[in-house]
Amino acid sequence: MATQTLTIDGKLVTARPEDTILSASKDAGIDIPTLCYLDGLSAHGGCRLCMVEVGSQNRLLPACTTPVREDMNVSTSTPRLVEYRRMIVALLLAERNHVCSVCVANGHCELQSMAYALGVTHVRFEYLSPELPVDVSHDRYGMDHNRCILCTRCVRACDQIEGAHTLDVMGRGVNSRIVADMNQPWGDSVTCTSCGKCVQACPTGALFRQGSTVAEMEKDRTMLQFLVTAREKKQWLV
Amino acid sequence: MDLQDLRELAEKERRSQAPRSIRCCVAAGCTSANSMAVLDNLQQAVQDAGLKDKVHVSPVGCLRLCCEGPLVATDPDGHLYHKVAPGDAEAIVAGLGNGGFAARRGDAASPFFALQASVVLDNCGHVEPERIETYIARDGYTALFKVLREMSPPQVVDEVTRSGLRGRGGAGYPTGVKWSMVAKNQGDRKFVVCNADEGDPGAFMNRSLLESDPHKVLEGMAIAAYAVGASSGYIYVRGEYPLAIARLKTAIKQAGRLGLLGTHRCNSPFDFRIDIRIGAGAFVCGEETALMASIMGERGLPTPRPPYPAEKGLWGCPTLINNVETFANIPAIMRQGADWFAGIGTDSSKGTKVFCVTGKVKNTGLVEVPLGTPLRTIVEDIGGGVPGNGRIKAVQTGGPSGGCIPAQHLDTSVDYEALGQLGSIMGSGGMIVMDEGTDMVDVARFFMTFCMDESCGKCIPCRAGTVQLTHLLTRIIDKVATPQDLELLESLCDMVKNASLCGLGQTAPNPVLSTLRYFRDEYTSRLRAGGVVRRALALPLVSLS
Repeated sequence: MATQTLTIDGKLVTARPEDTILSASKDAGIDIPTLCYLDGLSAHGGCRLCMVEVGSQNRLLPACTTPVREDMNVSTSTPRLVEYRRMIVALLLAERNHVCSVCVANGHCELQSMAYALGVTHVRFEYLSPELPVDVSHDRYGMDHNRCILCTRCVRACDQIEGAHTLDVMGRGVNSRIVADMNQPWGDSVTCTSCGKCVQACPTGALFRQGSTVAEMEKDRTMLQFLVTAREKKQWLV
Repeated sequence: MDLQDLRELAEKERRSQAPRSIRCCVAAGCTSANSMAVLDNLQQAVQDAGLKDKVHVSPVGCLRLCCEGPLVATDPDGHLYHKVAPGDAEAIVAGLGNGGFAARRGDAASPFFALQASVVLDNCGHVEPERIETYIARDGYTALFKVLREMSPPQVVDEVTRSGLRGRGGAGYPTGVKWSMVAKNQGDRKFVVCNADEGDPGAFMNRSLLESDPHKVLEGMAIAAYAVGASSGYIYVRGEYPLAIARLKTAIKQAGRLGLLGTHRCNSPFDFRIDIRIGAGAFVCGEETALMASIMGERGLPTPRPPYPAEKGLWGCPTLINNVETFANIPAIMRQGADWFAGIGTDSSKGTKVFCVTGKVKNTGLVEVPLGTPLRTIVEDIGGGVPGNGRIKAVQTGGPSGGCIPAQHLDTSVDYEALGQLGSIMGSGGMIVMDEGTDMVDVARFFMTFCMDESCGKCIPCRAGTVQLTHLLTRIIDKVATPQDLELLESLCDMVKNASLCGLGQTAPNPVLSTLRYFRDEYTSRLRAGGVVRRALALPLVSLS
């Protein structure tokens, strides 16, 4: 199939037939906010931050999973979308205990920078303040459920890139939790290879390296894309 | 088996029927009221009276008036007995042919029965769900033979399209269009899936149908498989329906043994096997993409559509997913023709619909009426209105995805469009009647709590949004909410509705929106004055580079 042309935010852009609205926008230098999407992993469609308006259609579409079509007219940041995004980030901040000042990821957190970028200065929702454990049974890494936003990047990295599928989600709704193996302490997991890809993928301070200072807690989020490109295209692009 | 064998089997079964019969309901409702003991005693009483050759006692499916169960009917007397105790068996047998047993006799000609129409439920309460012969004796599986011998797959699809049948699971998508999509999509394999994951509070249509007449659903699926070119099918039943599962298993086994399902079914070159998959209690698995994930052995999480199941469904193959009741309509359409079916109902909503009338209403049970019947007829004439001369305040349709229709709109015709205009939906058929004493905000909170508990947790608007909506509704009920809370409730409803991933989240705000639309004063009268409650954010006040 031939290349497609479409309009994103009034700008005429080209896209490969296999592109999604998100990847086409990225190529064209148009930034669509995301939290659960990460280059190198399959699209999840869960955070709903990348919702865009297409044409005069009232139904919003997630940019990360919607394929491009010829002559599509996409708007990525109408007032309605921005308002929804603010509300989604506020919902996340109220859902668990996101206390940046005492968080290991302070300054390197995607949720934090997203809140700043969208101008979320106050939360009108009730803080749920759940009591959640921190799992530091692993030798090198830790899992703090208080900071988890359930984006499942770690689950997908573990399954799709490392192939271990140590991590998964248990429970449902607001009670969902990331678990190692059959919900046992991470350190007791027999499948974990300690590769740390989950830690690199995590957008917040939910997964962290033990022994690193806050200033050192920078994560390499391009690592997964690098691995995928190396494996599939045999190209070592840094 | 070929058509001749089928006809002979039907004839044999009809000949063997005794001149008199006593039908005892053994669907879940009556069974839980001890109808199995009633059945045993009836059989014993017939034997004791020496009437074994003259009277046949049959365990049948739902006799519809569930609130009066255990129900027993006698033929050809036409009596219907209510709340039959095991001890009544002898009196019922003694009353055969001579006026019946007055103490338990109900009115079989009451509006509850007289105003109903039967297409989907025509066998319910007549066939024995665990004996395929009784289904065959009532022209069962003749539609399948007709289709396999006389029609091409496109003709079958065309017949369904012309009938105007729309999906009975809730959304009302034209069934013929769905079949046509699956038929036209290319794939190495294709699947037919029956969605029997009925989870709406107060809805038991599919359960009753599967417990009463499982073969009708199997026949509908077999016809669909031929039309779209599928060779295997799944019935996804929720685990909470053990009786339906057991009867389906028996039915599949019996149909397979007679060569009606399986390899070279009905002596034709076509194969079709059906397997049962049992749900583990997640409401979200009624959503088709989550249902497919569950069938494939994965976590029951929805995925964004497109791709639709008709294009990429089970294991990436084109998959047809229809509701139990949709499949149950198919044999009748094939036997009696699309024009006959299209003659029932309204211009855009054809055929009949089964509803479960429950709540503050005299006659609770299973009701089948032509689409376009006024809501008032269903709840006041058939349902008998509120017990003790109370007044109806609202009728909730469509379960947690639907809305409340207030009493002033009771004359609305029950069809897909009219219910949609009122801010509710047809849904799968739950119909909960509420009287004047009902607190509508509490109703909204009940459904929101349900959605919160059943949210899968994949997308944020549904996972975290339903929790906050429940909290806001609780604040309103506790009279601590401010006008700003109500404003926040409305804007959050808007976001959850538009940004959620699947139907569960997208429709979760509907009960709130519809009660706000018709009973806004119940919300506003509980608000207290006050400013915006803003919670300080725990983000540090340093700028990030």
